Amino acid sequence: MKAVDIIRNGLVKENPTWVLILGMCPTLATTTSAVNGMSMGLATTFVLMMSNIVISLLKSVIPDKVRIPAFIVVIASFVTIVEMVMKAYLPSLYDSLGLFISLIVVNCIVLGRAEAFASKNNAWHSCLDGIFMGLGFTWALTLVGIVRELLGTGCIFGHSIIGGADGMLLFILPPGGFLVLGLLMAAVNRLR
Amino acid sequence: MAKKAPSTLLNMLLSLTAIALVAAAALAALNGATAEPIAKAQQAKVESAISAVLPSFARIEDKTVDGCVCHVAYNEADECVGAAIEAGNDKGFGGHLQLMVGFDTNGVVYGYKILETHETPGLGAKADLWFQKDGKGSIIGKDPASANLTVSKDGGEVDAITGSTITSRAFLTVISDAANTFQHLNI
Repeated sequence: MKAVDIIRNGLVKENPTWVLILGMCPTLATTTSAVNGMSMGLATTFVLMMSNIVISLLKSVIPDKVRIPAFIVVIASFVTIVEMVMKAYLPSLYDSLGLFISLIVVNCIVLGRAEAFASKNNAWHSCLDGIFMGLGFTWALTLVGIVRELLGTGCIFGHSIIGGADGMLLFILPPGGFLVLGLLMAAVNRLR
Repeated sequence: MAKKAPSTLLNMLLSLTAIALVAAAALAALNGATAEPIAKAQQAKVESAISAVLPSFARIEDKTVDGCVCHVAYNEADECVGAAIEAGNDKGFGGHLQLMVGFDTNGVVYGYKILETHETPGLGAKADLWFQKDGKGSIIGKDPASANLTVSKDGGEVDAITGSTITSRAFLTVISDAANTFQHLNI
């Protein structure tokens, strides 16, 4: 397998959000603004990269029957690391993402890549896969966040684009999340 | 690819125990390293909330009255300039609502800041600006002892947030609870 294939898989061909349709819970819940979506994506990218590397290195010493608990321990450790570091150095971001950081543990993308990729490939390819699957997730979340924030509040990344407007509240609330996600998914899959 | 370790009981026990031990050790070390920055970040959050709701002050004295944390502020001449009170209740639309409410020495509301909120974005979440000085339901400069700080629907003199009467009621209840605590402070 070539590195360029892994990169293309993560960003476009097997994009976790648009194509594999994994991790929908954080996708809908944290994309109320572009910053939140992007931060959630980057936090997940870090966890994916680190857990993929470690699981790939440990794959020959983990017996098959206990691989899932072993993967979960590794993933949960990295999630806790992200949580503590964010709480210490980015408290305001931690306040707005809150619960969803701990929920990265049960994000199917992370366990999915551990099972489908890292447990079968070498550390370097697993690292690449983690980074680009994570970035694929990040760009998808950022795009959903941008659209929802623009329609919902008239801002992008907190900068006012449409002045004077209150925005359409619907798009900040959960139903708007479903609408935007569905329409963007249709558009991306048409263009892909 | 390297041969996989077979799933014997001993292998499973050893591998899981080893992974869990390494993970626990790493997290314990990181927990020790981040404990101080986390405490500092929380302290900074409280301090910035205090200075946002009070006139300028030189030092703060913490007291606990009625189970609420109160921060009494003094100026350079050691005269009391007011107090910031942390108060909250669970009557918000989305659950707990926690505020920092600042009073001057006459018991007049000087400012407030929301410490914790779970209100609906775009509706109840507007409480962070709505009741401020330039907001539509301003409570700044009002004395909860003489003014009726309830929503106009309940016969009070504060305009509720449009579409968020429950949030507004919860918010004003916190303010009047904080005002009661302030009275008990006796400053």
